[in-house]
Amino acid sequence: MKNSTRRAFLSRVTVGLTGAIAAIVGLPILGYLLAPLFQVPSDDLVKVGLVTDFPLGKTKLVSIRDPSPLPWAGQTAETALWVRRRQADGPQMFQVFNVNCTHLGCPINWQAEAKIFLCPCHGGVFYEDGTVAGGPPPRPLYEREWAVRAGDLLVRQAALPNPKQG
Amino acid sequence: MSPVWRSVRWWLSSVAAWLGERFELEDSVLAVLRHPVPRALERPVGWFYVFGAATLAIFIVQIATGVALAMTYVPAPNSAYDSLQFISHEATLGSLIRGIHYFGAGAMVVLVLVHMTQVYLFGAFKFPREVNWLSGSLLLLGTLAMAFTGQLLRWDQDAFWAIVVAAEQAAQAPVIGGWLVTLVVAGANVGGATLTRFYATHVFLIPAAIFGLLGIHLYLVVKRGISEPPVAGERVDRAGYRARYRELLARGIPFWPDAAWRDAVVSAIAVACVVLLAAILGAPALGKPADPTVVVADPRPDWYFLGYFALLALIPPATEAVVIIGLPLFAFVFLFLVPILWPDGERHWSRRPVAIAAVALPFIAYAALTTAGLESPWVPRLQGAGLSSTVTAGLDAPATHGSELFVTKSCWACHQIEGSGGRKGPDLSHVAARLTRDQITARVAGGGGGMPAFAGSLSSQELDDLATFLATRK
Repeated sequence: MKNSTRRAFLSRVTVGLTGAIAAIVGLPILGYLLAPLFQVPSDDLVKVGLVTDFPLGKTKLVSIRDPSPLPWAGQTAETALWVRRRQADGPQMFQVFNVNCTHLGCPINWQAEAKIFLCPCHGGVFYEDGTVAGGPPPRPLYEREWAVRAGDLLVRQAALPNPKQG
Repeated sequence: MSPVWRSVRWWLSSVAAWLGERFELEDSVLAVLRHPVPRALERPVGWFYVFGAATLAIFIVQIATGVALAMTYVPAPNSAYDSLQFISHEATLGSLIRGIHYFGAGAMVVLVLVHMTQVYLFGAFKFPREVNWLSGSLLLLGTLAMAFTGQLLRWDQDAFWAIVVAAEQAAQAPVIGGWLVTLVVAGANVGGATLTRFYATHVFLIPAAIFGLLGIHLYLVVKRGISEPPVAGERVDRAGYRARYRELLARGIPFWPDAAWRDAVVSAIAVACVVLLAAILGAPALGKPADPTVVVADPRPDWYFLGYFALLALIPPATEAVVIIGLPLFAFVFLFLVPILWPDGERHWSRRPVAIAAVALPFIAYAALTTAGLESPWVPRLQGAGLSSTVTAGLDAPATHGSELFVTKSCWACHQIEGSGGRKGPDLSHVAARLTRDQITARVAGGGGGMPAFAGSLSSQELDDLATFLATRK
């Protein structure tokens, strides 16, 4: 009887210690891997060009650089945006769209003559103001906040957009 | 036999015998290899029992070629593409090794499905082998996860946008969608941190899981024994099955070599096919390097995922949130429930018509979807725009202008005339036979039925000329 109590105790100690080993190594690793969840992505206003780069009535592709890209990010340190100049000035001057189709994120192509955006994946179509013209997209194009300062067009950094953001 | 050779053989067999005795191989490895299997496997039906072994053989090929590729591949966004181009075009035998890894991935997917289909139709998942099936289902998940993460490591435009699409799909998951996106891309956007995560997942995480599951799977194959070929009318009953199976094994044959030789034959054929395909066709060509600022991309998954890709284009948009997450979830929940819901009863496929339908229908449906995915008629064409000269010949000035507008205003991207153009919208070769000129004008200007309205991008003169051109298409 005494021996079996001792063995039960030793079993518990062994299992407990093994669990403790797993925990003291596992928890930091888990934290390391889940870190992106707790990081607040930067949302600086970043210059994408001069206001004069964008002729009235035209839609142009621009690149926007991550505020602090990883040194080995290469070309992926940049993201593309469609910029539409719809007025000469005022709060309605620009519309800035993500290039991601609102269906599943594929890159939309601007057809300047037809004035529509076409998606190469599942055939989504958008008008020049970003509203849905056809195909599977459930909502208009995602827009970015922009500002004009000293003749520069600045655009707000944002995470990969997704339908959950509404 | 020469005396030298006889002496070498004597030495070799002595060393082998000494090692065998020290390792006690008779009681361990050899005992397992010679475990009894049903005598029926001697008959031609034994050829149905080879697909698991063939899958394992290809998996080992994948490990070997994967390790070789990892010697050169650089998992960083600014180098991955170049290192793959080097492997494919400059490294000695690089194209062959990458080709084997690529065709091996396809073979894995195919063989796992063939193996599961055989097990399902033979009722081999039933009592007492339910956990064999469960571990196998998880191995299917692992195989698909390997196939998907592997494609992304190419880091070309297809791969880059496939990650974006995967993230957007993950976003559809209820409650945890947003977190999943952040974890998939390891940050706010696909970038420097994304590729290394996919790499580590592909070469460490999933393989480790597969090794563990494979251990469980093989342990159970030996421990539970290989199922005897089903006989119509012979039902599995949980009370008597084990005793009956033990009797069957008492009259059984040793797995090694009586059954193993068929595994070896089919495994050799499978590996030879993969190597041959790689030797003839080489590694698949890479697309343009991944560049988020270049929006001219035509992202397509590898062929075994094309059916799912097609499904997402063809279902009604309103059902999408349900289908994207729900359908794969339903498929895997169903797989896991199979042995729990039907652990006993008839095993033979001829007495399980619903089981045959449960296999045939998904395969037929997926084959149809894959065909649709290959053609992708819903995709607007963006390159090579132009109408054939037989269409434009002999038109008057307004109609000629209209035919030019048909191309420049992107009508061509979605509509065909005489075999040239996209197939997203209706073929307009004979549109004037269906619609009057006024109806054509109204449709172009106002859109409808999935077509955009072009009133905003066409002047009234242009609209008139376009309608004049289309009215010639009788």
